[in-house]
Amino acid sequence: MPVNPADTAWLLVSAALVMLMTPGVALFYGGMVRRKNVLSTIMMSFALLGVVGLLWVLYGYSLSFGPDKWGIIGGLDFIGLRMVGQEPSSVYATTVPHLAYMIFQAMFAIITVALITGAVVERMKFSAMLVFSVLWLTLVYCPVAHWVWGSGGWLAKLGTLDFAGGIVVHIVAGVSALSLVRLVGPRRGFREKEPMEPSNIPMVLLGAGLLWFGWFGFNAGSALTSGGLAASAFVATNTSAAAAACTWMILSWIYRRPAVLGMATGAVAGLAAITPAAGFVSPIMGIPIGVVASIVCYYCMFFRMRLGIDESLDVWAVHGMGGTWGALATGIFASVAVNAAGADGLIFGNTMQIVKQLLAVVVVWVFAFLATWVIGKIINVTMGLRVSPTEETVGLDISQHGERAYGGTLR
Amino acid sequence: MKKIEAIIREEKLDAVREALEANGYLGMTVSEVSGRGRQGGLTLQWRVGEYKVDFLPKLKIEVVVLDEDVGRILNAIANSVRTGEIGDGKIFVLPVENAVRVRTGEEGENAI
Repeated sequence: MPVNPADTAWLLVSAALVMLMTPGVALFYGGMVRRKNVLSTIMMSFALLGVVGLLWVLYGYSLSFGPDKWGIIGGLDFIGLRMVGQEPSSVYATTVPHLAYMIFQAMFAIITVALITGAVVERMKFSAMLVFSVLWLTLVYCPVAHWVWGSGGWLAKLGTLDFAGGIVVHIVAGVSALSLVRLVGPRRGFREKEPMEPSNIPMVLLGAGLLWFGWFGFNAGSALTSGGLAASAFVATNTSAAAAACTWMILSWIYRRPAVLGMATGAVAGLAAITPAAGFVSPIMGIPIGVVASIVCYYCMFFRMRLGIDESLDVWAVHGMGGTWGALATGIFASVAVNAAGADGLIFGNTMQIVKQLLAVVVVWVFAFLATWVIGKIINVTMGLRVSPTEETVGLDISQHGERAYGGTLR
Repeated sequence: MKKIEAIIREEKLDAVREALEANGYLGMTVSEVSGRGRQGGLTLQWRVGEYKVDFLPKLKIEVVVLDEDVGRILNAIANSVRTGEIGDGKIFVLPVENAVRVRTGEEGENAI
């Protein structure tokens, strides 16, 4: 097929939008940690724009989207972008240059790894985080992306629907975060209930705003064409974010006061939940998907705290559970009237779709949890996952990076 | 000479300033401080639920007064900041050995 200029323009803009989500995550997380760890938290995400940005063009894209091997992994044909050029691919996004699709996918890989960092902020060694990121991208992200989105991937062939990455991005990141934190352990003072005051809530809101903005590229860009389907996914995305933000605000108001941090969290939960569904459901279904997302994530966060697990910035509760609800909701609300390439869901009389969704959710949960645990264990016994107690007390900004976020206390 | 150090609620700064002015003292030093008294810390909201911070924001006002004014100024400050609720603060009185006005070199009571 010839290159379609409109589709190409929209996909390149979308790739740029998704790129901005990673600094968005960095600020979102950075504002929630203590002053002494702001930079290290931001750096954990920002560094991945470099590291994963390189690995993706070298071999990551090939492992995920190269010619299928047994339904479980891509071949090495696209290593170093060999055969990935200005002409469209014959199987992926066939109206845009193959390079455009490749770089759009690169941004997804980067932010998925960045999401995990929220679980282990304020005590994980930067060097260990980098090594973890390389291994995790290679052994967890690339295979799962191939299963769900790769041509010939076994979950794709089964008929699992994941429009923009509820499974590939949010479930994988959330579950891996939970698994990794079991090895890293809680922050010093967490069990003693020492106060861990967020350093800068306006920065959290700035990050949430960038995420919301970038998510239009994430979801509407995943239409891979510039037309009706992109518009439909765009509206579904905004509707779910709005519904979820309002729901979290109300929950927080019932509890005590309408918390700013809570509303920002709700928006992100709604965005995570609509991600797998955005281009398969009618836009108005963003309302039930968003409302339920906030309720599910809110109580999962309470549950996580009750268990005494220091999954510090709730990657599992927000992304893992938001993505899980979204993947199942796709099986409930999907409609072929919205997207002929999709399927009908439960409310349109097709009970099989939710079974396919559930199967994919269970398989990916188990795989992500176990594979992450093995990778984390290997790093823990070789180089160690944590900074020393002294380094942790001083703060990771100084101990890991030799800088501090807010200098100049004496004018 | 005595130094009066008053730890007060942030929102009571104007009230103290006016009370000191009315009693003839224009000069003072104000700093933002954190601390806690018997009431402990402050409960804030996290994304769900709450957490406690140990120290509350307060203001510290320092003013050096003549010995004969101590009682009058103490009362003026206390009356201007009192709400009757927990967290009204505390006032300390310390002896001052000497004072120097830097510009002129005046010392002692002439310098305050």
